Amino acid sequence: MNFDKELDARGLNCPLPILRTKKTLAELTGGQVLKIVSTDPGSVKDFQAFAKQTGNELLSSTEGGGEFIFFMKKK
Amino acid sequence: MAKKLAIIATKGTLDWAYPPLILASTAAALDYEVQIFFTFYGLQMLRKDLGGLKVSPLGNPGMPMKMPFGPKWFQSINWNIPNAVQAIIPGFESLATVLMKQTIKNCGVASVETLRDVCVESGVKIIACQMTVDLFGFEHSDFIDNIEFGGAATFFEFAGETDICLYI
Repeated sequence: MNFDKELDARGLNCPLPILRTKKTLAELTGGQVLKIVSTDPGSVKDFQAFAKQTGNELLSSTEGGGEFIFFMKKK
Repeated sequence: MAKKLAIIATKGTLDWAYPPLILASTAAALDYEVQIFFTFYGLQMLRKDLGGLKVSPLGNPGMPMKMPFGPKWFQSINWNIPNAVQAIIPGFESLATVLMKQTIKNCGVASVETLRDVCVESGVKIIACQMTVDLFGFEHSDFIDNIEFGGAATFFEFAGETDICLYI
């Protein structure tokens, strides 16, 4: 998937992946896509909740090799 | 219109600094309008020097005492130290705090300072209880910038219109 910026949230625990994502999204313009890589298993539900509440679109959420990868489109 | 969250933060230990600051910073990330009223021991979280925030395992049976270093089998041991022993060892709280801070770091958990910075940067309104400032003999210069000083009526002005209101 194409993306405009990547956020490395590996090793960070709740709520840092969300806080860093919020901050990084602010640097993008509407419609741009942010890729986030996390190692926090709790982030799977948290990113769904974040998208639902902020209106940013969670394009995909996948897991592999202990890492969680999210693509989020800025509203 | 943005949802609103009000929190009253009353605790002044390292462990109890986390719930209000995590919830406030996360709510701000979710576009909530957030206000925290820091009163009594909660004022410790607003001091420029956060060195006073400590954790005490004394009389706290819910707190695991584990070492943040060494091999895995060693780290998994829960050191069950009797209260009476904890109480007579000088510096026990400071030791527990050092170990807790290392565990926090190992687990990728944010420091209290980081969470506080995020709160300030993301526009969380911070109010320090003026009455407690007087009661504990603090000076306004002991605290970080960008905060206001007020009382119970100030808190209710915002709290009365919130969606969520927490006492921590």
